[in-house]
Amino acid sequence: MATLRTPPIPAVPGPLFPEIAGAPDKFRACLQCGVCSGSCPMGEVMQFPPRKAVKLLLDGGIDQVVASNTPWLCVSCHTCSTRCPSGLLITDGLFPSLRAAVMATGKIPDPDLQKALQNTYLYGNPMGTSPKKRADWAKTAGVPVPIISQLRRPVEVLWIVECTPSFEARGQQISRLLARILTALGIDFAILGHEERCIGDCEWLAGEQGLFEMLIERNIETLKKYRFREILMTDPHSYRTLLNVYPSLGGNYRTKHYVEFLAERLAQLKPMLKKKLNVMATYHDSCCLGRKTSHYEEPRALLKALPGLKLAEMAQNRESALCCGGGGTTTYLDRYIQEQTKDRLADRRVQQAAATGAQILATACPFEPARFEDAVKLTGHEGKLAVRDIIELLAESMELV
Amino acid sequence: MKIAVLIKQVPDLVEGLEIDAGGKALDRDSLRYIISEADDHALEQALLIRERTGASVDVFTLDVGEARDSLTTALAKGAERVTLVAAGLEAAPGSHALAELFAAVLRPQNFDLIVTGVRAIDDLDGSLGGLLAGLLELPYVGLIRKVETGPGGETAIVQKEFPGGFVTELEVKLPAVLGIQSAEQPPRYVPVSRLRQVMKTAKIGEQAVEPPQAPPIAVERLFKPEEGAGASMLEGTPEELAKQIAGLLAERHLLK
Amino acid sequence: MTNDVMVIGEHFQGALSQITLELLGKARELAGPLGGKVEVVLLGHAVEPLTAQLGAADRLSIADHPLLEHFVPETYEAVIAQRIKQAGPRLVLLGSTSVGLDLIGPLSVRAAVPCFDNCTSLQVREGRVVAISQLYGGKIFAEYAVPETTALVAVVPGSFPAEPGKAAGAPEVLRLAAPPAPRTTFRRLIEPPPGDVDVSKVPLLVAVGRGIQNADNIPLAQELAETLGGAVCASRPVIDQGWLPLTRQVGKSGVTVKPKLYLALGISGAPEHVEGMKQSELIIAVNTDANAPIFGLAHYGAVADAVEIIPLLTEQIRAASG
Repeated sequence: MATLRTPPIPAVPGPLFPEIAGAPDKFRACLQCGVCSGSCPMGEVMQFPPRKAVKLLLDGGIDQVVASNTPWLCVSCHTCSTRCPSGLLITDGLFPSLRAAVMATGKIPDPDLQKALQNTYLYGNPMGTSPKKRADWAKTAGVPVPIISQLRRPVEVLWIVECTPSFEARGQQISRLLARILTALGIDFAILGHEERCIGDCEWLAGEQGLFEMLIERNIETLKKYRFREILMTDPHSYRTLLNVYPSLGGNYRTKHYVEFLAERLAQLKPMLKKKLNVMATYHDSCCLGRKTSHYEEPRALLKALPGLKLAEMAQNRESALCCGGGGTTTYLDRYIQEQTKDRLADRRVQQAAATGAQILATACPFEPARFEDAVKLTGHEGKLAVRDIIELLAESMELV
Repeated sequence: MKIAVLIKQVPDLVEGLEIDAGGKALDRDSLRYIISEADDHALEQALLIRERTGASVDVFTLDVGEARDSLTTALAKGAERVTLVAAGLEAAPGSHALAELFAAVLRPQNFDLIVTGVRAIDDLDGSLGGLLAGLLELPYVGLIRKVETGPGGETAIVQKEFPGGFVTELEVKLPAVLGIQSAEQPPRYVPVSRLRQVMKTAKIGEQAVEPPQAPPIAVERLFKPEEGAGASMLEGTPEELAKQIAGLLAERHLLK
Repeated sequence: MTNDVMVIGEHFQGALSQITLELLGKARELAGPLGGKVEVVLLGHAVEPLTAQLGAADRLSIADHPLLEHFVPETYEAVIAQRIKQAGPRLVLLGSTSVGLDLIGPLSVRAAVPCFDNCTSLQVREGRVVAISQLYGGKIFAEYAVPETTALVAVVPGSFPAEPGKAAGAPEVLRLAAPPAPRTTFRRLIEPPPGDVDVSKVPLLVAVGRGIQNADNIPLAQELAETLGGAVCASRPVIDQGWLPLTRQVGKSGVTVKPKLYLALGISGAPEHVEGMKQSELIIAVNTDANAPIFGLAHYGAVADAVEIIPLLTEQIRAASG
């Protein structure tokens, strides 16, 4: 049984070294044990799975890895980094460096990723929507969603909504429901609205260190203007970046993901969960909430509090959970990855969920509903397995839908 | 071979456009500018020719707004030289004026190939490429999607788009002006770190020219199309909308 | 300068282009109040058969020469510039097309006359010629007076009806001189790959734009098209991504369609696309952006996610078709 360890936190954001061909010292502790390659969900498709990539780095042959399919197949699931006995920064250091080396040639393998990066540079979000529209989702939330610049006073909770939950239809719906839950709990909260910009997780993992640093600088400047006790986040990717990486550039905040925030208030929430759900659910540990920040029990506590809900566990759960395949920019690499393999991680995961007999696959990451719902259709489980964010389940039981 | 690329900035449509109080121009305060899309392709096409033949690429733009940034990006992508053309103008002029300015700059410089985007979203009085070709008395072909230079760099073989997927291939004796619709590959990406690096060391040339003689276009008024005046908007959940649409089709006997 | 209106005719693959009739009809309408005649300039090789369709003109100026068989900007421009200088018309109307756009700039300089592009409306008002051009992706329109001098105006195809250009008549014919030897020569015509559907002949079209989001959703659109008994077509961004072949492109550089039904799904309605489908009988648009220009053109619209609506619509149609 693998030990539940939090993977090492990089002290400096971005790739470990500007020219990965030089200074491989940090990787000299590699034992070549192969736990990384063995754990890697894409290990069989990579031309150079992690162990081989590190070996080539140490032997001066990293150019081969840069030129291969390897840099773009990492889904940033952190399984390798969590289990590496030497604590090497494989996911957060080696892979962004490999990608940065490819990008220096100006060629990005998937036009979706290039567009996402260009959009983030221009508009602060990968969708390419004007930042003025960041808070449009809140117009139909059904409850007031204050924008902190208009409030002109400190707030208890600054809720950083992030890109997918602000601009994508399903994400927007989940945001509206969370706004209602926060209101029902009497939380004093506000959002950044048009001042919000991407926190930068995708950009970092894509190897776009310059863009990542630009975003961090901009976001820290914006946050300096306001007073708040803590930051609430709905996107686990941004959560772990704000939590673990921003401090090294001066951005220190008390940061919580909604699973922790709501679990803290479980005693207050419980009596509000009126409607019985009468359903069996299984919970997917997303990589960022799971392996990267060890929030395994809070989401389960929330689910177990739902009346009538029975919780089943998939065989691969908690630290061994299988990535949905959407993290670390791979959401924008679908086309490239499809050229390399027809085996989709989301399909595999959905099969695992269906095998538990659950009718609901519960998630807590905004990238997942779309990926898993596609997978449900593709694996023939339509009508048998539904995908719901924990917020959606809570809101349903609280009769806020 | 020497290639000149002419680029300009246009209002970014993503940020929305507002008409100013006078009603004859856009409200410049609300505007954000980006490089004209076809000009970006023209630059990319020039860089591709450079990679294949070793040609040099010189980029020119008029000194208005954030034009300097577009030149920095061009340098970061591999252009040899970039030049800001200063004509003492506060705002970007129409295409005739622009053509006059660039003709003055380019006439003494003997470029083999001059490329620019075939059109831009704010082109009211025609587009730069054709007008410039007229002033320089050079052949012009527009709506180009592929350029191959002939051996000896004396001709260019270009592919020009027509509707319905048809393409004609023409051979042009250089020097010539080409209006690019799309480059043979999408414009390349420049990592932000490289951009920032180039910004620190960038040498941007400057060239002053006489302000243009061409008179400004007398626009009488600008207006937005009536919003939604056309469509009867349907309301409801996605399921309800799908039902309504199917209903409309059935009413009109469009279903089998 | 006379009060005449000159039309620069276009043809492709042996057929007169629709834009020529649209411009001819408009020229007829303007010539009256201007008090002038209508002249069509037609260049090509062996173009005699096409002249039968140009009866609505008062005069045809024809240049028939092997060098003019295929459109080469330089040769056409030389002949037309000469004719403009000779005739001194009030207005010269061209299509804002692969032909007109290559000519308008060089002609403007060579004949030393102003030019305007993207025109969607032309009227004579109190003796002045007033035009409207569309700019900024169709989001802003500019109204202006065409100067009191010979002026070139490039018109967006589909802006004017073709019917008024189809009148019968017996125009006088003028022969124009051959062009000088050009620096640009025609090499070959590249045809689009055969064997795919000709969407201009399909009465029910499911059109997808950027809102379809990615290639994975194209099969959903195809299923909808099959259920309807129609075909899938797309706007340029979808074609550029390689999600559908070039033959499915509707719009300026693609095909012009006039189907019974045009379902515009995730299409914003940029002018280059609208040009190719504005004459559809029934346009129903779905887009997440309430301000998308397509809603100004569509008969019915819904602010929704096309990717969500498509499978639901397929279901509904299956149920309704029985």
